[in-house]
Amino acid sequence: MTDKIPPVTLESGITVKPVYTADDLQGSHPDENIGLPGEFPFTRGIHPLMYRKRPFTMRQYAGFGTPAATNERFKFLIEHGQNALNVAFDLPTQMGLDSGDPLAAGEVGRVGMAVDTLADMEVAFEGIPIDQISVSLTINALAAPIMAMYFAVAEKHGVPLSRVRGTAQNDILKEYIGRGAWVFPVEPAVRLIGDTIEFCARHAPYYYPVSVCGYHIRESGANPVQEIAYAYAIAKEYIRRGLARGLEIDDFAGRISFNLDIHGNFFEQIAKFRAARRLWARIMAHEFGSKNPNTMKMKMLAGGGGGGLTIEQPENNIVRGAYYALISALSGTQTMALCSYDEAYTIPSEKAALISLRTMQILIDEIGIGDTVDPLAGSYYVETLTNEMEALIVSEMKRVDQEWGGIVNAVSEGIVQSEVAQQAFKHELGIQDGSIRKVGVNRYQVDEEAREVEMHPYDERQAQESVRRTAEVVAGRDQEKTAQALKKVSEAASSGQNSMPAMMEAVRAYATIGEITRELKKVFGEFREPVRF
Amino acid sequence: MAERKIRILIAKPGLDGHDRGAKVVALALRNAGFEVIYTGLHQSIDQIIETALQEDVDMIGLSILSGAHIPITEQLLDQMREKGIADKLVIMGGNIPAVDILALKTLGVSEVFPTGSHFDDIANYIRQKLIPA
Repeated sequence: MTDKIPPVTLESGITVKPVYTADDLQGSHPDENIGLPGEFPFTRGIHPLMYRKRPFTMRQYAGFGTPAATNERFKFLIEHGQNALNVAFDLPTQMGLDSGDPLAAGEVGRVGMAVDTLADMEVAFEGIPIDQISVSLTINALAAPIMAMYFAVAEKHGVPLSRVRGTAQNDILKEYIGRGAWVFPVEPAVRLIGDTIEFCARHAPYYYPVSVCGYHIRESGANPVQEIAYAYAIAKEYIRRGLARGLEIDDFAGRISFNLDIHGNFFEQIAKFRAARRLWARIMAHEFGSKNPNTMKMKMLAGGGGGGLTIEQPENNIVRGAYYALISALSGTQTMALCSYDEAYTIPSEKAALISLRTMQILIDEIGIGDTVDPLAGSYYVETLTNEMEALIVSEMKRVDQEWGGIVNAVSEGIVQSEVAQQAFKHELGIQDGSIRKVGVNRYQVDEEAREVEMHPYDERQAQESVRRTAEVVAGRDQEKTAQALKKVSEAASSGQNSMPAMMEAVRAYATIGEITRELKKVFGEFREPVRF
Repeated sequence: MAERKIRILIAKPGLDGHDRGAKVVALALRNAGFEVIYTGLHQSIDQIIETALQEDVDMIGLSILSGAHIPITEQLLDQMREKGIADKLVIMGGNIPAVDILALKTLGVSEVFPTGSHFDDIANYIRQKLIPA
């Protein structure tokens, strides 16, 4: 007699059986599909010894207020054992507005640090050993000038372009799908990414110019299959742009990394990452003809996972964060970052940011998570799920190309945005009707009228300070030199030549981010959002 | 006479790019039988007012997750008074701390539906306010 049990269906639509056996893996060619860590197709990880040789990098997102305030938080995190930085910029900086712009009112320094000129970046990194600490810049539409500023700061720290390390997020296509910090129309925006890829391949070979983000696509509502499928469609587009500049695939594609999301079902996420790694290796080898294993290795930051956190009973988010970190480690991530427990309602407090860092340290230092590589390999369930996820991702990618006319068209027309919104709606309905269980939200609720939370204060004086400092920098610069440099930015934008040398010259002449953006807008225009829901 | 559907404008003011909630609520209200117009991202107060006038909406629903809800609301309501549409219903959704809700209502926001609010509650509230008994 069989007991009646309720069915389990994952977000990706896969039905989970109560028991998996060797039969589930019959005919699935373990040598070909699972293999060894550090070997094609890298299902088990991109390095042979993984964390036994080198633990994952811990890289918490941080930045708020003035560059000086951000510099202090950077130093705090480094002092407590964090070995990399991820810089948060405020919305005006992300949108190419100076702190004094009327459109920036109320937003200066609110969700990240305010950067107007190179002088701000100099302050932000004062005393930070950027030859040892790898720095990631969360900047997209304005990645080209902000990268140029970072390169200029690195030079001042004695690190030339030929040796500079770090990552820029620089993934504009996902901004149109989720996150929303777009400025220019799709085509010129993607062209700027081509400029940065080409420039880095030729001059800054250790820099990762693009980190393709499934993360924000999933945070906007995509399921795990869509997250990887759309991220890969985007990454392939950037790679085609690099090839169109005359680069060889193995000259640059290995320097495109991924930023992926963790929340939701435990094993579904793990299978997603293993499937994604295998699929990327196959795409690079079979579609793009890569010969270099480094190009085929999918390098990721797997972090979690704002979408899983709740405003209700916020301390529960500490526990969620720990599970997400465990998923990340069991999935063979290169870099880990966790949303802090208060992040559902504010910029993380120092205490909350430290708990996130300690969560990752406990995992690697205390409980032996890195003792052996890919301990889940060979599990009937995990390997079956990995196979199923790969097949679903492949079929969603086909849909992008065959039904939507490729990712650039799908984004320009708002098709993928609408698809993701529909998925978000379905998910929200599931939470509201209780079919998707969320502790503290639709189960085990408590009356939280009196909940006290510590909010990160917004200080209008920091905005005024930012405006004052920029006015000082602008007054003190060589105006003729700045004007000449800005003219070159405009010329590069309209002629189609690589804009990075002009960006470098402009930021060194202390042109503001607002001035550079105005030059670009004159040539490129602005994006008009296709509103579909 | 055919009954005119209630027309709702869902608006995203300012630089805040979080539009998941705005789109999800727009979909829910459309499914509930309302006529829904969504502005898209990065709207100035002037643009929102202009769209509200052009589309002749009965209600504006603001979605704000950047923390700047109080100054934005003040500006919007001032502008609405200036344009003579202060009688339109204004409701708000997003990441709004409980301590700010009273302040927003004092300014003139009719109701606040923070993250996690149920679709039915929002739809019922709008019907109750805008459909004469």
